[in-house]
Amino acid sequence: MKVLVPIKRVIDANVQVRVKSDQTGVELTNVKMAMNPFCEIAVEQAVRLKEAGIASEVIVVSAGPAQAQETLRTGLAMGADRGIHIQSDEDLQPLAIAKLLKAVVANEDPGLVILGKQAIDGDNNQTGQMLSALLGWSQGAFISAMEKDGDLLKITREVDGGLQKVSVKLPSVLTVDLRLNEPRYASLPNIMKAKKKPIDATSPADLGVEVAPRVKTLKVTEPPARAAGVIVGSVAELVDKLKNEAKVI
Amino acid sequence: MEFGLTQEQQMVVDTVRDFVEKELYPHEAIVESKGHVPPEITRDIRQKVLDMGFYAANIPEEFGGGGLDHVTMTLLERELGRASQALSVIFGRPSNILCGCKGEQVEKYLKPAIRGEKIDCIALTEPDAGSDVRSMKASAIKDGDDWIINGTKHFITHADEADFAIVFIATGEEQTPRGPKKRITCFLIDRDTAGFEIRDGYQCVSHRGYNNSILNFDNCRVSSAQILGEEGTGFDEANTWLGATRLTVAALAVGRAQRCFDMAVEWAAERKQFGQAIGKFQGVSFKLADMATEIQAAEYLTLGAAWKLDQGLPADQDIAMAKLYATEMLGRVTDETLQIFGGMGLMTELPIERFWRDARVERIWDGTSEIQRHIISRGLLRPLGA
Ligand SMILES: Cc1cc2nc3c(=O)[nH]c(=O)nc-3n(C[C@H](O)[C@H](O)[C@H](O)COP(=O)(O)OP(=O)(O)OC[C@H]3O[C@@H](n4cnc5c(N)ncnc54)[C@H](O)[C@@H]3O)c2cc1C
Ligand SMILES: Cc1cc2nc3c(=O)[nH]c(=O)nc-3n(C[C@H](O)[C@H](O)[C@H](O)COP(=O)(O)OP(=O)(O)OC[C@H]3O[C@@H](n4cnc5c(N)ncnc54)[C@H](O)[C@@H]3O)c2cc1C
Repeated sequence: MKVLVPIKRVIDANVQVRVKSDQTGVELTNVKMAMNPFCEIAVEQAVRLKEAGIASEVIVVSAGPAQAQETLRTGLAMGADRGIHIQSDEDLQPLAIAKLLKAVVANEDPGLVILGKQAIDGDNNQTGQMLSALLGWSQGAFISAMEKDGDLLKITREVDGGLQKVSVKLPSVLTVDLRLNEPRYASLPNIMKAKKKPIDATSPADLGVEVAPRVKTLKVTEPPARAAGVIVGSVAELVDKLKNEAKVI
Repeated sequence: MEFGLTQEQQMVVDTVRDFVEKELYPHEAIVESKGHVPPEITRDIRQKVLDMGFYAANIPEEFGGGGLDHVTMTLLERELGRASQALSVIFGRPSNILCGCKGEQVEKYLKPAIRGEKIDCIALTEPDAGSDVRSMKASAIKDGDDWIINGTKHFITHADEADFAIVFIATGEEQTPRGPKKRITCFLIDRDTAGFEIRDGYQCVSHRGYNNSILNFDNCRVSSAQILGEEGTGFDEANTWLGATRLTVAALAVGRAQRCFDMAVEWAAERKQFGQAIGKFQGVSFKLADMATEIQAAEYLTLGAAWKLDQGLPADQDIAMAKLYATEMLGRVTDETLQIFGGMGLMTELPIERFWRDARVERIWDGTSEIQRHIISRGLLRPLGA
């Protein structure tokens, strides 16, 4: 079974993001970029499936500008077998990416697609779900555990208020949550091998997908600074404030 | 001219940076307060580095190491240099000189060192022979197939934890064009050898997380099989394999300075006095400008020297310049950063005072700044007969 892992290049999670002065987006010049942390977890999971003999090949795919190749190389250095770069300088939105991935799935015929539950830039949390709908495949979002059981995958989902255990039929689209695994560091031998692993180049046009944005960003601003909190004297006072001031209960 | 990194180099940098931030930084405060790295932390870090295949990245592939070239290794050293030396040393880079091992020495010393099973230390310095290391008094006399060693080494880093010491000993005198000089031989000496004692050294204000020791040799008998290279070739071995050690100090200085500087910039942007960020005062912002310029200059000097080594070009002067400038730069950057932090910079609650203390040793060991200047000026004047 081939496993396809879509990965995204985003601002490094340790960087403090700043809004551009013209409010058209966030500052990207001289900013350290890295693989989206949830995508790292997805790659790790796929590589573990290969090490366990369940996956036959791990393919990483990234849509974006030329620099997305660096992110693909990182995936290869973590142990993926080959990469696909969908070259595009467009503002790629979740539906466009889901359609591109659908086209890649048609070419590659994987048994499983594993994605991060969201990318830490847009925090959209949409691509995996959209892909599953477009493919008509089962989906398991926010997974924190998985185990193969014949044609089924037993997965644990992190849902509001607890953990939900379900089985999904293969082929399937999974999106991974933080607690699924701890991604490995790229190893030195794999870093050296990564260059020799192939990265195929393609484009939205090659894949026959229209990617023009459907949502327009009007303005990007910093979230308002949080007002100072207050320390309440008792539970009764807290309940009173929640009821009468915050009006949330 | 190509100033960019290859994708491999970028990945090495990113991976090591990530490792340093996640696996080393969190232990720094405890190491500093305890004065040593707790053994379970050492074991954990060492195992992770072995699993990543990064252990002994400096040793050529033919010996079973990672085989990184000088430029990539310098980038790696730069990233490791960000963290406390007590912790970064566990990211094992066995002494390159072990590549000179022959015969049984390979299985006994080189391979275990590469596998992280044996730890080495290097002993050159003596109480009466520091910069002028060739004036060393520790000596060995031949007795059949054995050598009997007497003398004292001091300031020996990590000797207390080492399984064996790489020790330079005088084994006679020879005539050279510049007068009689001691013949120096390099011995591999196991820690439990009779007549070899490892004693506590001094308390060092830089790098509090590990120790230096005093090595005492009292009629210590070792066989000729313990000689690395040949009798009398100790300095040739050292020149072949240890030349680049000074460059790692330069690389460390660049990485440490960058970490310190990033904190200075952030503080200057956040700290407000007189109604504005202190970075808005030229008295502070020009400091930042000078620091950024010096860090970059040191980085180019260091990578330039590494590049020359990779090209097989003579690099002695370049390495001396990089070591001199980068370590002096680190002294200035840590001092000015402390100044920008004001009183808080001196408090142990922040790492700035540690960077400032730690910086001091870099101008002294692996050849003092004066000795680096001596190497540079000798290269200028000797060809003119002066
Ligand atoms: C923390 C620490 C760890 C160390 N670890 C090791 C180790 O593991 N193994 C090891 O072998 N050594 C080690 N050393 C020793 C280190 O290499 C020496 O300290 C260094 O070589 C300087 O020697 P010295 O301290 O005896 O100073 P000296 O050589 O006595 O120098 C004193 C001063 O005189 C100056 N000077 C000397 N000669 C000249 C000259 N010709 N021209 C101008 N100025 C000159 C020096 O620059 C210096 O300013 C360590 C030192 C320290 C501080
Ligand atoms: C050990 C110790 C003991 C102390 N004891 C006392 C005490 O007993 N009583 C007491 O009241 N205080 C005490 N202090 C406080 C001391 O006086 C302050 O640390 C000092 O005034 C600097 O203030 P700061 O640390 O807040 O630095 P800041 O004022 O924040 O300065 C940070 C940096 O910004 C620079 N800067 C600030 N304004 C400007 C400007 N306009 N132009 C250019 N550069 C500028 C500073 O020079 C400095 O480099 C003590 C401090 C220490 C470290």
